[in-house]
Amino acid sequence: MATHTFTLNGKQISVEAEGNVRLLWVLRDLLGVTGPKYGCALEVCRSCTSHINGKAFNPCSVQVKDIEPDDEITTIEGLPATVGKDLHPMQQAWLDNDVSQCGYCQPGQIMAAVAKVKQAHAEGHEITDADLDELRNICRCGTYSRIREAIKAGAQDM
Amino acid sequence: MAEHRRSPDESTQQPAGERGLLGRRRVLGYVLAAPTLAVGVSWIAGSADPRPADAAVPSLPQPEEIFDLGDLQNLAAAPTSGLISVELKTDGTAYFAVPRAEVGQGMTTAIAMIVAEELDLPMDMVTIGLADARPELLMNQLTGGSNSMRSMYLPVRTAAAITRQRLVDTAAAHWGVSAGKLTTRGGVVSGPSGRTATYGSLTRAAASSRTIKVSAELKPQSEFRVLGRPHNRVDAHDIVTGRKQFGMDMEVPNAKPTMVARPPTINGTVKSVNNLAAIRAMPGITDVVPITHGVAIRGETFGQCIDAIQMVEATWGPGTVDGESDATVLAKLRAAQLPMAVPPLLSNTIDAEFVFAFASNSPLEPDCAIADVTPDRAEIWASLKVPIVAQEDIAKQLGLPIDAVKVHVIQGGGSFGRHLFHDVAAEAAEISQKMGKPVKLSWSRTDNFRQGRVHPMCTSRVRVNYLAGNVLSYEQRHTSVETDFGHGLGEMITAFAADLPVGGNLSFAETIFALSQSSPYNFGVTTQLLNEVPLKFNTGSMRNIYSPNVVCAEELVVDRLAAKFGQDPMRFRRNFLKDKRLLAVLNKAAEVGRWGKAMPKGTAQGVAVHAEYRGAVATLVEIDCRPETVNRPIRDGVSGPRVTKAVIVVDPGFCINPRGLEAQMIGGLQDAIALALTSSLHIKNGMPLEGSWDDYFYTRQWNTPQDVQVVIMPNTSDSPSGAGELAVAPAFAAVACAYARATGTMPTYFPINHGTLGFEPLPLEPSTPQSPTDGLDHTF
Ligand code: FES
Ligand code: FES
Repeated sequence: MATHTFTLNGKQISVEAEGNVRLLWVLRDLLGVTGPKYGCALEVCRSCTSHINGKAFNPCSVQVKDIEPDDEITTIEGLPATVGKDLHPMQQAWLDNDVSQCGYCQPGQIMAAVAKVKQAHAEGHEITDADLDELRNICRCGTYSRIREAIKAGAQDM
Repeated sequence: MAEHRRSPDESTQQPAGERGLLGRRRVLGYVLAAPTLAVGVSWIAGSADPRPADAAVPSLPQPEEIFDLGDLQNLAAAPTSGLISVELKTDGTAYFAVPRAEVGQGMTTAIAMIVAEELDLPMDMVTIGLADARPELLMNQLTGGSNSMRSMYLPVRTAAAITRQRLVDTAAAHWGVSAGKLTTRGGVVSGPSGRTATYGSLTRAAASSRTIKVSAELKPQSEFRVLGRPHNRVDAHDIVTGRKQFGMDMEVPNAKPTMVARPPTINGTVKSVNNLAAIRAMPGITDVVPITHGVAIRGETFGQCIDAIQMVEATWGPGTVDGESDATVLAKLRAAQLPMAVPPLLSNTIDAEFVFAFASNSPLEPDCAIADVTPDRAEIWASLKVPIVAQEDIAKQLGLPIDAVKVHVIQGGGSFGRHLFHDVAAEAAEISQKMGKPVKLSWSRTDNFRQGRVHPMCTSRVRVNYLAGNVLSYEQRHTSVETDFGHGLGEMITAFAADLPVGGNLSFAETIFALSQSSPYNFGVTTQLLNEVPLKFNTGSMRNIYSPNVVCAEELVVDRLAAKFGQDPMRFRRNFLKDKRLLAVLNKAAEVGRWGKAMPKGTAQGVAVHAEYRGAVATLVEIDCRPETVNRPIRDGVSGPRVTKAVIVVDPGFCINPRGLEAQMIGGLQDAIALALTSSLHIKNGMPLEGSWDDYFYTRQWNTPQDVQVVIMPNTSDSPSGAGELAVAPAFAAVACAYARATGTMPTYFPINHGTLGFEPLPLEPSTPQSPTDGLDHTF
């Protein structure tokens, strides 16, 4: 077992774990950070989507030993603090559009949406339907239509 | 009679003697013996569904038209509904423990709205919890058949109205004024000369030391301030902040992550494990024990359980359907198809057969449960729609008395029929008993697809005879791999068999089929029958059970008939629909969706209708089947035809929450698109090939329509219909009809891409694949 150090939701933390354990389980089972959900552990469903240094990734498919001490990991729990508010504009848009049904996919959806919008903005354009079609997150409750509306609305305030 | 079914309120708007002088409906309940105000309600027999059938109609009604599945559940629920109660706390909040499961359908929000309305309390002062298994509730604790709102609307209103009345009477007595002079709003009673009292301050005085019978009047619909207005989900904030707790997020002391290495065939067993010691020695692993259907592994993290699954060397025993593949099952279904009764009319007959592949009802949250079993008691946490059956079965399995088993119902990440069964809770109990430790069991994603419950493969044969612009007969023979109803609905049917209008010695499945299916058209002699093939797949109800397949087959044939009659599909439906509510939603869909507009070649509109759960829906879609769309590149996914637009018009009877209803319609549409075009299980040698979401192609963003409109019709009733499943069947049928019109070929095998395997199957062993390690290469 080794000690792994990184920044999690703005705080420097250390955790004891075997190096090959995927970050999702380090977060959920060892650190009790349960916002990122387990839906496949195959980098398919995207319900675990979180951010590493501001970019979307799937911690179910990254070994904890590959996380560097200066890496900043943000889960849904830490998203509001990245904008210094109680809610990130994307979360607010999710509320305004009443997106959630069972809610299981939604933390991952929101984290993916924020990254997708940032990516579009960095490329110098607004989020398009083609961008939205690229999102791979499963929503088995079928909230896709409201997700699209919420992302477009949330993007306005980002 | 059909009109009566589909316009339920015509017969109930004036229940005799139940309205007071002001046109308000008087209801009865009990103030329960408790330190603070608690009100229980009695179900007033006959005051809601079911309604008696009366007048004659041109063709004999099918059973579903006079008495449907929800009526059965209402009948079963009636004697025990009196046990549900609203409690008013000293902080002025109301608490109601709903004997149902919340799995995303928004039921808790709707119930909170009902309480808030009748109690004149702000929504944020209403707390809804999920009741633990309560054996005394019998079948009133089954969430399914889209029945929750239909069976609970009146009892919950009643309990809330009595609570309010009791608070008003208490304040009136206190102030020495007549109750009629007092008003309530926002959790406060107001009286003459500006006197006010909060509910919280009155609840002790309003309580009773013995249970007494009281009555109150329901608020008339015209005074509704909450019901019928859009309301967002009560749990939305918790969801978007990641705070909502699902099963695997719960902390039960020492309940450590547990997974199971499984055999390579459905329901396979374990003969021997050849390297138990080596697996036990793996990092983080605490316990390894063979169980009925695999090898259970408990460890510090789920990741280490997955690591250990990779190493299991076992000799597996056979499963229950080892020899079966898609083709063998289809052959058995065809051999079991019931004969048609009416001989073909040669050139004036349409004979068609449709095949529907196996489908998975797995939600996004993998099946999971926590179990803590000791020699003399057990405690279970799981998302369960029939917790009392779970409690009974698990007690039997563990050899414990029922009251030594406590079953907690927790929030589920979707259900779609999956949580009607308690497979995972029972397995968690087995493992905890064998290990002698608490366990937090999660099935893996692959387990969910390969060993979890499925919607069975089925065929639907249709024969229609027509002559001189009339349809003389419509016969449908539905043949399905047996659907398991052993989760309580079966018991309900046994208990109430004598009261059902289907008679005879029908099986559970045949009874449910008869109670849920009916043709909405005037097609002369109409019969729809089910036959089942008893194969031991793990089956169960999937959202809307038989209807998506039955309605899809019927509506495709309707379009064929329309063509034979030289009529456009819309006009044909208008001519033959026997139901006013369906006609109204159809006409609205035609108008909003601009039926008949010019469309490019390779694209088309499709329309379909469906009535069930006392609601009516028409769906109009547009599909794009042009090669450039069908072949658009998608990595590890299927593209295929795209539904580009959908209009769903729903008549829900009485609409409780338009926002929630719209969400259910949108969700049903996405299911329908998946079932029609992309998502199915391919069975090969006793096992589904699908093992992840990149194999089981549920609708993804690239397949969802960019334009979805839901239109809610004005209320046609004063009681709500079931909404959770209502949209699936008509949307499935509309997509199929649109595809047929766009391509000029009537599809007969669903989903339409089932013939091409669009993925490389994951290996069967290890049963759960190892997780990737290259996630950092795919950031965005
Ligand atoms: S759990 Fe990480 S992508 Fe599915
Ligand atoms: S809200 Fe249930 S999976 Fe998306």
